[in-house]
Amino acid sequence: MATAKAHIAFELNGESVEVAFAPHKTLLEVLREDLGLTGTKHGCELGECGTCTVLLDGTPVLSCLVLGLACAAHQVKTVEGMAPGGTLHPLQAAFADFGAAQCGYCTPAFLLTAEALLATNPRPTRDEIKQALAGNLCRCTGYIKIYEAVELAAARLRGEAATPRVEALYGH
Amino acid sequence: MATDRRPLRLVGKAHRKVDAAAKVTGATKFADDLALPRMLYARLLRSPHPHARLGRIDTAPARALPGVQAVLTGQDLPIPFGILPVSQDEHALALDTARFVGDPVAAVAAVSEDIATAALDLIAVDYQPLRAVTDAVDAVRHPEPQIHPYADSGNLHKLIDLEFGDVEAGFAAADVVREDLMFFEGSTHLPMEQHAALADWSPDGKLTLWTSTQTPHYVHRALAQVLELAPAQIRVIATPNGGGFGGKSDPFSHELVVAKLAMVTGRPVKITLTREEVFYCHRGRHPTLMWVKTGVKQDGTLTGMHFKSLLDGGAYGSYGVASTYYTGALQTVTYHLPRYRFQGARAFTNKPPCGPKRGHGTPQPRFALEVQLDKLAEQLGRDPAELRLQQLVPPHSLTANWLKIGTMGLGPCIAKVVAGSGWKAKFRKLPYGQGVGLACSSYITGAGLPVYWNAMPHSGVQLKCDRGGGVTVFCGSTEIGQGSDSILAVLVAEVLGLEVRDIAVVTGDTDLTPVDLGSYSSRVTLMSGNAAIQAAERVRDIIALHAARHLGIPLERVAFADRRVYDGERPEQGLPFAEAVRLAEAVHGTLGTVGSYTPAPAAGKYRGAGVGPSPAYSYSAAVAEVAVDPATGVVQVPRIWIAHDVGRSINAAAVMGQIEGSVYMGLGEALMEEMAYRSNRNVVHKIPSLLEYKSPTTLEMCDVITYVVEDPDPNGPFGAKECGQGPLLPVMPAVANAVYDAVGVRIDEVPITPEKVFKALRRKAKGEEPRYGPTSFPDIPWPAPTRVPPPWDGGDGTAIAPAAGTARGRRSAARPDVVPGRP
Repeated sequence: MATAKAHIAFELNGESVEVAFAPHKTLLEVLREDLGLTGTKHGCELGECGTCTVLLDGTPVLSCLVLGLACAAHQVKTVEGMAPGGTLHPLQAAFADFGAAQCGYCTPAFLLTAEALLATNPRPTRDEIKQALAGNLCRCTGYIKIYEAVELAAARLRGEAATPRVEALYGH
Repeated sequence: MATDRRPLRLVGKAHRKVDAAAKVTGATKFADDLALPRMLYARLLRSPHPHARLGRIDTAPARALPGVQAVLTGQDLPIPFGILPVSQDEHALALDTARFVGDPVAAVAAVSEDIATAALDLIAVDYQPLRAVTDAVDAVRHPEPQIHPYADSGNLHKLIDLEFGDVEAGFAAADVVREDLMFFEGSTHLPMEQHAALADWSPDGKLTLWTSTQTPHYVHRALAQVLELAPAQIRVIATPNGGGFGGKSDPFSHELVVAKLAMVTGRPVKITLTREEVFYCHRGRHPTLMWVKTGVKQDGTLTGMHFKSLLDGGAYGSYGVASTYYTGALQTVTYHLPRYRFQGARAFTNKPPCGPKRGHGTPQPRFALEVQLDKLAEQLGRDPAELRLQQLVPPHSLTANWLKIGTMGLGPCIAKVVAGSGWKAKFRKLPYGQGVGLACSSYITGAGLPVYWNAMPHSGVQLKCDRGGGVTVFCGSTEIGQGSDSILAVLVAEVLGLEVRDIAVVTGDTDLTPVDLGSYSSRVTLMSGNAAIQAAERVRDIIALHAARHLGIPLERVAFADRRVYDGERPEQGLPFAEAVRLAEAVHGTLGTVGSYTPAPAAGKYRGAGVGPSPAYSYSAAVAEVAVDPATGVVQVPRIWIAHDVGRSINAAAVMGQIEGSVYMGLGEALMEEMAYRSNRNVVHKIPSLLEYKSPTTLEMCDVITYVVEDPDPNGPFGAKECGQGPLLPVMPAVANAVYDAVGVRIDEVPITPEKVFKALRRKAKGEEPRYGPTSFPDIPWPAPTRVPPPWDGGDGTAIAPAAGTARGRRSAARPDVVPGRP
């Protein structure tokens, strides 16, 4: 408990940061406790629920299973880095429009996982979206509004003038 | 409730929620996101025994650990509490007895979570194990040792017997009488956010508690009671809940403990439960064994129903008395039942306490009722949809148990899912292994009575107008993800002719906001919504008075829309809303109003009549499509059609989200979710983790085709009824009925696991009863029945006085016994 702190530098949301922390700490703990970025949430801290997902060098990782030390000199992206300049990312805007964030607790993880999907697959099928999000649990939405939001954001990111499906907002 | 003069501008549209931007940017502060300078961290020591007397507890080594600031045991918080006045049976830390594996026994506050955790290992507790009660049937068989001495009988916490008309005469008049046994396994809410709370004690004697709770008002009361503080010294702030579903509706040990630790140490103290601990908090679905006997004439008319339930309540009362009544309350609100009898029992067992989970006590009986109706339809050779449509409860009527029905949109709901699913072309016509099943349900839009008896409003709103044209709504309601903050904003903006973004919403803070009882029983939209409309109409009337003078027009011509106040007959004559506010404020003074809502009294006046009444009942119908693999018993659900009578949609996007989320949670209960314990291994929870407690992922979740039926109810705000719980209920029986359609076996319990389907298929192959489910209901020492003639037999909703010396329990008061009382 009295271990000397480790000190690392890495790129966080596009900016260079340095941070000192107890060396046993996970990336989740470093982000929340030492860097004050509480947008990254936790549901189990055992790698079971996906709620703490962040992007490490562009790939979704469970920040509760990654040591903070392992991030030295790497790139980390959290939900706080998704809306630079105060403008919502198309995924964030679509989540807001569909009510894909109900309680909002799992939302940062879904957003980042979806962003990583769209970075490699700009036109995913619904099955591909389900596969990509299968490691993230949500208890509020039944996932359906999340799929709708990812599809709408994907279309908008492709430059298409897409609008929400009326049945998705009002029913059949 | 609200008068509706003009076309609606905002109500019914799809709105971004007022907190949407904060939620998608990670800016929302949940309880564990909060930190204060010099904050300590608390951990709870939990009992490893299911049932044990506590001997000596040695805390000295823990106190000596560097960094430990305080250690508490039960003696430090000796005053009992509990959500219901009739079951004040919990202690913040076990006082003399631990009653389940996970029951909190001691608490530590330390400068770090690691040190607090290490200190727990240094606390020595002398446990003297007692016999543990493993489940409800075990509780019936073993009245001793009693888990709580106040139980109605042995280890049976609560016993209920209500009879509405002569049910035996009903059976005698029937052509077909069926008896079925069903079991509904317990399940838990599994909110993604673990419970967390942060307490701060100020040297001037003020306690502030931030906590992830659905019911800040009840936490406020519990803190005052247990800590012996004046309520004015306590401020409870409900942080946005990262999911609730009923699991954050009780005052909890950890909330009381961090408050006490903050008082003892003079420093802020935070606790965040581990995921395993969330399973111990539980308060989820009661495992329920049911027996149901129903009579029906050849033409399909129901002649009577006798329903028995036995609930496994776990170690404490929680909402359990209400839960028990709810297993018998809403059988009558969908199909006309001329005679009805309900016998309900709740057992104490040595497991985490059960309580209110989405649907609170009604999904279990609804499952039994809807599966049995499917069997009755087959016996009569009738289509199950038509059999239901034939005997819908009429709108604006009373049921056998004196529930007052308002609007009733179940007929259109059934029609929607039957047409949408292609029911007639599929039912009993699909190839072996594929099937469809139909089921319906209803749910309350708020309970008619509060948890503790009082005559005050259930929801209050204060509203203030700013000179710049903004309006702030203050309400004690709690945002748990269902979108209640947005409902307040939409309704006030609608009444005042503003835009949603003009409205600021302050909720869930006992210092700042008028009391709202909490986010439970699907009450918030209707109750806080009506209170908000009343406050908004009052301020609108003040502004209109001054605008009318300014415009030189009669008061009744003043209209509000598009941020303007204007002459309804000459819309170009008007002024901006903000200017109208300033005119009014100059003459009237500061512009602020209040509104409140109290439900109308219940029609029933018998003991027990307090559970079931509601200002409005929502209705749902669902068709599930399944694919069953006969070789493995694996059930897949590709899609569900669901129609829900919401009265009127206020935020269309939120209504869709609530319906789909309900279907999701119902699917989990139908197929996989179960709170499972090792009865022979110290009654430990088998699977207290998010990995092993199976819940549907994206790969199991079905497609949902949703129909929103709008039949505005006169009691709802702009006609709105609930949509957050009701649509869960038909899913489980629809899946069970579809499994039968697919492979011809009845699974009379949930979850419908591959093992159960496989066993039933094997029985069928051997020529045995093609069924999996319970086979007996134990003998229970029921009290003498409370007999209440149904409305059509005369009477006024009061019970018939029992013959002298025969019946126990009848009291002259008409109040239900979930209100005041013992201890």
